[in-house]
Amino acid sequence: MPKKGAASNLLFQGSDWNFETLSRAYDAIETVALEDLGLDVYPNQLEIISSEQMLDAYSSVGMPLMYQHWSFGKRFVFEDNLYRRGRRGLAYELVINSNPCITYLMEENTMAMQALVTAHAAFGHNHFFKNNYLFRQWTDASAILSYMEFAKKYIIKCEERYGTTAVEAILDSAHALMDQGVFRYRRPPRLSSEKERERMRERLEYEEQTFSDLWRTLPTTSESSDPDAVERDVMERKKALNLPDENLLYFLEKTSLILEPWQREILRIVRVIAQYFYPQRQTKVMNEGCATFVHYTIMNTLFDQGRVTEGAMLEILQSHTNVVFQPSFDDPRFPGINPYALGFAMMQDIERICVDPTSEDRDWFPEIAGSGNWRETLLDAWANHRDESFILQYLSPSLIRKFRLFLLSDEADEKYCEVASIHNERGYEAIRAALARSYDIGANQPDIQVMDVDLLGDRHLRLQHNIKNGVLLEETSRDATLRHVRHLWGYEVSLAGVEAETGETLYECSTADIEE
Amino acid sequence: MPNFIDRRLNPKDKSLGNRQRFLKRAREELKRAIKEQVKSGKITDVDAEHNVSMPARGVSEPTFQPAGDSGERQYVLPGNREFAAGDRLPKRSSGGGATGAGAGTGQSQDEFQFVLSREEVLDLFFEDLELPDMVKLNLKESVAFKRRRAGFAATGSPMNINVGRTMRNSFGRRIALHRPGRKEMEAIAEEIARLEVEPNAGAKHLQHLEELRQKLEKLERRRRRIPYVDPVDIRFNRFEQQPLPNASAVMFCLMDVSASMGEREKDLAKRFFVLLHLFLKRRYDRIDIVFIRHTDEAGEVDENTFFYSKQSGGTIVSTALEEMLRVIRERYPAREWNIYAAQASDGENISGDSERCASLLHDDLMRLCQYYAYVEIIDERETEIFGTTDNGTSLWRAYRTVDGEWPNFQMTRIAKPADIYPVFRKLFGKQPAVQVRK
Repeated sequence: MPKKGAASNLLFQGSDWNFETLSRAYDAIETVALEDLGLDVYPNQLEIISSEQMLDAYSSVGMPLMYQHWSFGKRFVFEDNLYRRGRRGLAYELVINSNPCITYLMEENTMAMQALVTAHAAFGHNHFFKNNYLFRQWTDASAILSYMEFAKKYIIKCEERYGTTAVEAILDSAHALMDQGVFRYRRPPRLSSEKERERMRERLEYEEQTFSDLWRTLPTTSESSDPDAVERDVMERKKALNLPDENLLYFLEKTSLILEPWQREILRIVRVIAQYFYPQRQTKVMNEGCATFVHYTIMNTLFDQGRVTEGAMLEILQSHTNVVFQPSFDDPRFPGINPYALGFAMMQDIERICVDPTSEDRDWFPEIAGSGNWRETLLDAWANHRDESFILQYLSPSLIRKFRLFLLSDEADEKYCEVASIHNERGYEAIRAALARSYDIGANQPDIQVMDVDLLGDRHLRLQHNIKNGVLLEETSRDATLRHVRHLWGYEVSLAGVEAETGETLYECSTADIEE
Repeated sequence: MPNFIDRRLNPKDKSLGNRQRFLKRAREELKRAIKEQVKSGKITDVDAEHNVSMPARGVSEPTFQPAGDSGERQYVLPGNREFAAGDRLPKRSSGGGATGAGAGTGQSQDEFQFVLSREEVLDLFFEDLELPDMVKLNLKESVAFKRRRAGFAATGSPMNINVGRTMRNSFGRRIALHRPGRKEMEAIAEEIARLEVEPNAGAKHLQHLEELRQKLEKLERRRRRIPYVDPVDIRFNRFEQQPLPNASAVMFCLMDVSASMGEREKDLAKRFFVLLHLFLKRRYDRIDIVFIRHTDEAGEVDENTFFYSKQSGGTIVSTALEEMLRVIRERYPAREWNIYAAQASDGENISGDSERCASLLHDDLMRLCQYYAYVEIIDERETEIFGTTDNGTSLWRAYRTVDGEWPNFQMTRIAKPADIYPVFRKLFGKQPAVQVRK
């Protein structure tokens, strides 16, 4: 860039922002994002909010529209408390996976920060939402906002009709099972359009109105006393129930005998939201890494073009460095592995491997090393991986050395943790595999499935916890959660812990034994 | 071109409703926590702000969570400096480094605290004492004020004009501005009158007269311009609200701590003492509390010992009364102190001693005390039987005779917190009618 044009070329000066500078910065960032990095994004909608509104927003799980529930109030009080005592800063940004993609900018931010947030959220996250296969398959960005609006209105209507307490009771129980309310293996049905939903609700209401208890008293025509036929019926019903089922919430919604139609609808709402957030939980490292890499690259490009002042760039770098800071395990600030740090470092590493590989990189990554094609490599990684597979495929020895990663194995019975591997030749594979595994939600969350229920008999619902590596459930919360299952099911519920490898039953508990 | 939307003017506090729901839910828990604190804290502490950590029971959100203390796990951690493969690390109790896997996904919310204001604490405390709202308001209201002279003010109501101070100001101003005095003007007027009647008026004489007239007119104009009392002179008496100076009071807590008094009885007794303290606090600036516990012998102890330390032995109630008498004579002369006494007991007493208690009250204590309240803590099942009759323990029967004679004596049986308040209603309801000492 010729030096003389620099002054007129600047996007902004000083720290104040107005809509004109925001828009000018946005256009410049967009040009770099689309033309240089080749990103592909949903249309953007940038909303300016105050810090109080930011607190509001993230206490309702980051959704702009959310039904009311006390747990969101609890989260608010908690966040507010931390914020006021200075224990936690506010997030600079919040972005919603919707079409158009909504990004919140805080009014208190400086112009440099606004530019950073725009690059980070409106392009980094936005690109990731639109292109990553998990989000493409499992979420419906164009329907979520209208669905949330429906959910909010529906729950308000239920509260008016059945009372806040009754609705709260259902929501409490549903929230407890949110983690067990997602389809992990098969794709969930698309969110139905507003019209369909309307039609469905009308049908339900019609059925409610025309329901007549008298019909129940009609004698059944074929009173079969044949035991074989009864058994066959049972088998058929079980088969119809599609057991075993991993989606406990879905099973209760469809099968529970005691739930009213509106209660089923509420379960469905909670389940849909859980499903919507499921991909986000599997792509923390990638999503944040992608956004961080994108903002870093874009802001540096703009700086190189002379469109950002050195002062602004220093501010941006300072905040960038804070975000990707990774304290060591023995540091009092250590909160676990920082997804921003890991994701960003891995993506930078991929760029390095593509452009300037060592011989070690050539051994480990023969396809990409030295290809020079880092843009395509990254676009491909962002589109086709989740955290677990991404780490398994791309974590390089040099990065393991840089982070000085080591693997600790911890057996409950031992007094010591053992260092299983460190960052050396023998340890790379093991560390990479273990780190990848730790991001596999399927492997780390308790695997609880509906096994059996005799609908015509005692209606006893049998759940099974498949125990891996001997990791049991925390008992107090387990019992409390089982009570919630019972609340939704209405009859006895039992949970059996079965060791996945041996098939041995390690524990059994039932709501019959748990005090209310 | 992106779509910018300014949402700053949108209503804030979108989560207000959620917070209210949360607090409503938390209320029950808070009540329990306050009760706990009343039980374990000092009597005077009830009337203060409290930190209450949010208890988890009613507001927990349980989910199926892996237990931290079972099975095998593997963690990948950053920042290795010294370890080699095969090294062993002693486990820390809470597993400081053991968060690697679930960081960010697990919702570990450490306990957070509320600060309840004095009013909120009292509200929660009163709730199961079943105090009527009027009384609650009275108790929360802190001090009575009295108007006191406090210098002068330039503004105020006409009623409060201070004439002396106003006139002094006016006088000073008149001197400073040379307001012509009446004497001076009268002298000139006289001179004029004298000159006017003089027959042989020469030109010089007439000129002098004219000068005098002009001078008088000038003086009169000046006099009119400078009023005798100007609004700036006016001073008002200023009054200030001053807290009413209160005499001191001493409150004697007497309790039977023999084996028959269990946790429940002590808790009820404590609530009774707390309430008495709150009532007294409304009236007196300074309240001393004397704790006297007794089994078969009595002793003055500190609050902690009073409620928590165990002592075994029989029961001789009169020892406590004697001890109280001793303390009064030594430290709290009835001339200087308002003396209140509250006695809690389960009514058990060694035979023959109850009469002695009654006579101690009759002869000495009731003369010294402003009020004496006796509560007998009974079993909830016994309320049916004893609720209405005068029959009961020997102590109860003996105290009955005192009750008839002294209007400042109250006695009741209580079985649950809600029974405590009526004692106070009787105690303080009679107050205007009797002036015991003086």
